[in-house]
Amino acid sequence: MSVKRVRFTFPEDLIREPVIYQLGHEFKVITNVRMADVDEGTGWVVLELEGDAAEIERSLAWAQQKGVRIDPVVGDVVEG
Amino acid sequence: MSYARNLRCRECHREYPLEALHVCEFCFGPVEVSYDYDAIRKNVTRQSVEAGPASLWRYRDFLPCDSDAAIDIGAGYTPLIHARNLGKALGLPNLYIKNDTVNPTWSFKDRVVAVAATRARELGYEKLACASTGNLANSVSAHAAAAGMEAIVFIPHDLEANKQLGSSIYNPTLVKVRGNYDAVNRLCAELAGSHNWGFVNVNVRPYYSEGSKTLGFEVAEQLGWRAPDHCVVPIASGSLFVKIRKGLDELYKTGLLAEEPKTRMSGAQATGCSPVATAWQEGSMNFKPQRPNTIAKSLAIGNPADGYYSLVQLRDTNGACASVSDPEIVDGMKLLAETEGIFAETAGGVTIASLKQLVEHGKIHPDETTVAFITGAGFKTVEAVAEALNPALEIDATMSSFEAAYSALQPTEAIA
Repeated sequence: MSVKRVRFTFPEDLIREPVIYQLGHEFKVITNVRMADVDEGTGWVVLELEGDAAEIERSLAWAQQKGVRIDPVVGDVVEG
Repeated sequence: MSYARNLRCRECHREYPLEALHVCEFCFGPVEVSYDYDAIRKNVTRQSVEAGPASLWRYRDFLPCDSDAAIDIGAGYTPLIHARNLGKALGLPNLYIKNDTVNPTWSFKDRVVAVAATRARELGYEKLACASTGNLANSVSAHAAAAGMEAIVFIPHDLEANKQLGSSIYNPTLVKVRGNYDAVNRLCAELAGSHNWGFVNVNVRPYYSEGSKTLGFEVAEQLGWRAPDHCVVPIASGSLFVKIRKGLDELYKTGLLAEEPKTRMSGAQATGCSPVATAWQEGSMNFKPQRPNTIAKSLAIGNPADGYYSLVQLRDTNGACASVSDPEIVDGMKLLAETEGIFAETAGGVTIASLKQLVEHGKIHPDETTVAFITGAGFKTVEAVAEALNPALEIDATMSSFEAAYSALQPTEAIA
């Protein structure tokens, strides 16, 4: 089992869609939200994903394809 | 000795020992070093600071590591210049430039890396790592070399050759990663979590970022132990922006400043990577991550770790945030060079162009003692300005050839 911490940023058109709920049903991945801030225009959620490493990657690819931006929880690691 | 007491989550305020931890285990919020300020107040004076070395280590009591073991290649204590010519051009008679181009690897990153490397070694790491497009890679490579540590530096595969050289000279393990910016970012975040390295801006980030406070300390000391009225600071991750003000506040907390700082903090970003400036202009405290597209590559952080805290600071200090185009950045670099003799990299162009914009929009009062922070040297980004400069005169080795070429430069007098 692997654990991955990520930050999802939702565009406006995905704000009302239950993306995290769907991700938990489509893939064998446990989602655990730790911090979030969502308003009518944008939103972000910091969450922990637990499951098989390959399954986590598939779930992230699925979310990305839906339009979710996925980043490390620490922000951008590549600096100038 | 260090007066650092613990790590504290900036969100839920849980406390942790001074270990290699960068996010709170409970809420994943960022953690920050906290200090025993009462002990600092009792033991540290202006005189004891002034008697220290001419480097950032004169402020060792405010840093989270033991100075006796410091990895010191001479970072910090850079000049603060009263920029009379630039000030005259902009209508700011009390303008100062904090010139951090003169650090050992020619950028302010030497401050944060000096602290991170020192702390990483104290924590038992033998390898120092980072992911960078330039300045950070140079500084990590240099500090690791001086400390006898192994450096592992990740760079995008298409980074310009001259930027690689600034790291290669120190002989790190240089890893060129194929893939787009997001892929490189995610890989490096995973590497940081899976290897026993001191990854300077990830697992030792709380210590790393404390190095930026020294800019605030130095400016206050160099102004005669008083805080400036206004600071204009480039925003990349936002850490520098937030920590300069933390430095000023710590000096007051510990009695080294007599008056509480009322310093207004304004930010500078390139329009091609302006998540903080965009959120600020929209009146939102939620920034939207961006994909960077600007010549100011040292500021190209689309998802800044301290973006939210930068917005909080802008709001709380009555600051403002500018964003400037690539041509404005080049003009800013030229203006600084032509007025003050300082050749800054593109980030410096962002700062000067933003300073100009903030003045034009009435965001900086002419009477304010204003400090603009110039964070890296121009030779790092020569390609950005090369085509915007006047060509040299080329002549034969004769007096007449020179006179002809030189006189052709002089403005012709209008004929009445």
